[in-house]
Amino acid sequence: MDFASFLIQTLNSLQYGLLLFLVASGLTLVFGIMGIINLAHGSFYMIGAYLAFVLASLTGNLFAAIALGIPLALLFGAFLEWALFSHLYKRDHLEQVLLTYGLILIFEEVRSLLVGDEVHGVDIPAVFSASIQLSEVLSYPVYRLVISAVCIVLAVALYFVIQRTRLGMMIRAGNHDRVMVEALGININMIYRVVFALGVALAALAGMLAAPISSVFPNMGSHVLIISFVIVVIGGIGSVWGALVAALVIGFADTFGKVLVPELSGMVVYLVMAAVLLWRPEGIFKKG
Amino acid sequence: MKFDTSMAFKLLALVGLACVPLAGADFYTELIAKTLVMAIFAMSLDLLVGFTGLVSFGHAAYFGVAAYAVALLSPKYEAASLWYVLPASVGLAALAALVVGIFVLRTKGIYFIMVTLAFAQMFFYVFHDTPLGGGSDGLYLNVKPTAEIAGFMPFDLDNPTHLYYFILAMLVLVYLFLARVLQSPFGRVLVGIKSNEHRMQSLGYVTFRYKLAAFALAGGLGGVAGFLYSVVFGFVTPELMSWHQSGNVLLMVILGGMGNLVGAVAGAFAFVAMQEVFSMWTKHWQLAMGLLIVAAVLFMPGGLSAVPGRIKRALQGGSAND
Repeated sequence: MDFASFLIQTLNSLQYGLLLFLVASGLTLVFGIMGIINLAHGSFYMIGAYLAFVLASLTGNLFAAIALGIPLALLFGAFLEWALFSHLYKRDHLEQVLLTYGLILIFEEVRSLLVGDEVHGVDIPAVFSASIQLSEVLSYPVYRLVISAVCIVLAVALYFVIQRTRLGMMIRAGNHDRVMVEALGININMIYRVVFALGVALAALAGMLAAPISSVFPNMGSHVLIISFVIVVIGGIGSVWGALVAALVIGFADTFGKVLVPELSGMVVYLVMAAVLLWRPEGIFKKG
Repeated sequence: MKFDTSMAFKLLALVGLACVPLAGADFYTELIAKTLVMAIFAMSLDLLVGFTGLVSFGHAAYFGVAAYAVALLSPKYEAASLWYVLPASVGLAALAALVVGIFVLRTKGIYFIMVTLAFAQMFFYVFHDTPLGGGSDGLYLNVKPTAEIAGFMPFDLDNPTHLYYFILAMLVLVYLFLARVLQSPFGRVLVGIKSNEHRMQSLGYVTFRYKLAAFALAGGLGGVAGFLYSVVFGFVTPELMSWHQSGNVLLMVILGGMGNLVGAVAGAFAFVAMQEVFSMWTKHWQLAMGLLIVAAVLFMPGGLSAVPGRIKRALQGGSAND
């Protein structure tokens, strides 16, 4: 592998890992704070991608689609929390698995009824459609760099919100001991709703950003969901920092796995998970 | 074994199932044969979910391993011996579950659900991506295994009626085997782990070993179902290991009420019946299924198995939620 293709694979790994982080960060917070296993989280990624497709064809512009899509996703998340997930907090995991499995079936069928089962493409915005020339034959699309940049900005913002704001303090406290937080007079239900809506919006945004490079197709959420589970398992439930590190590890393992051992590419990610399970069954960053 | 009403009911159901091919409606005989295969699969998962308290969301992996093993171990244009491929494919499924169990049983709760799902997905990719499994098209089993031993042919799996009774016999065998296992000291330990693992540990049981044995056993029995599936349909695809398959079998177990072997069989029948009825109405039958599941969780805490208790309490005039 020469330097230019090594650079390309490194950038691809970063971009893939950071995109996965957007999905996994919401998932790990919902696990950590609400104690809920949400199989439907991958569907939010799928919904985001379809939102980008539908809104971009209506407005003719991916930026407008994202600007409209994020508030829609936030509202949708808050609604779901109010209507369904708020009833699940005291139920056992099996019932959570059931309800969210049912939700996946509903989301996929509604998607099929509204948009159909065809594969759709979404255009890369004209501003970012250029490529950077790395050697005579190899070049790197600007849009992928933009995705990485947006994800890094969001990761920093998420870090800032969680570590430096009053809301973040409540989220961290809720992650640690939700009964105590309630006893101190903080409205834990409000925190649940905010965190859930935020998780939905982050996953949907990941789907919107990915739509131009991965195209939009049925069941696109299930692969992302399972990879996000792997990330949460590796990073440790409830740890956003762990999710970031694990997402990057998976991004590199998957991308370089595809290049170096193509026959085993699908399995590399799970082998990494198996190794981590042997070493630290509760994830690398699980707090005691 | 004492003879009581529940025993009489089971025998009656068995006689009913045994009469199915006599009706001569080939479509329904085939449909019920497929349902019996799923019923075996559901019973194997019930050993984990219902009796040991391990919610595995990746049980389809072992079903798929055995199904692929049949196709891979059979010669291309000749019949393999049933007495070789059946134990071999079931053994491979149990071995796969044993190896996965060593990893997944280090985790608990939500982690366990996620990790079993992730490992099942790994098996999906093993058969999807490597030349071993024939890619997304899967493999064909051109010739069904033969039951011939030393020139004597007790039954012929190419004959649909023989195949039906073979599946029914396997169902009864798996049921009797599991019922016996659950009555044994080993089975009592599993039930003890479900209700309180820490107490079992403090009683001196190394619970990890018992859970691992249960996981491998359930994988092997799931492999019996996978073997039968392969023989019935004559082809295998990676979809057999998809997480929808794992989700569906979990639904069957829950529909029938966990921790009840006959319930798991009933759950498989209820699931297939729902699938058939909904898909008669609409191509989007999964929407109806999804809505039903969500409504069931929201409005029936404790699942179907809690319904008789709730009705009983309601009749006695108490509140349904106490």
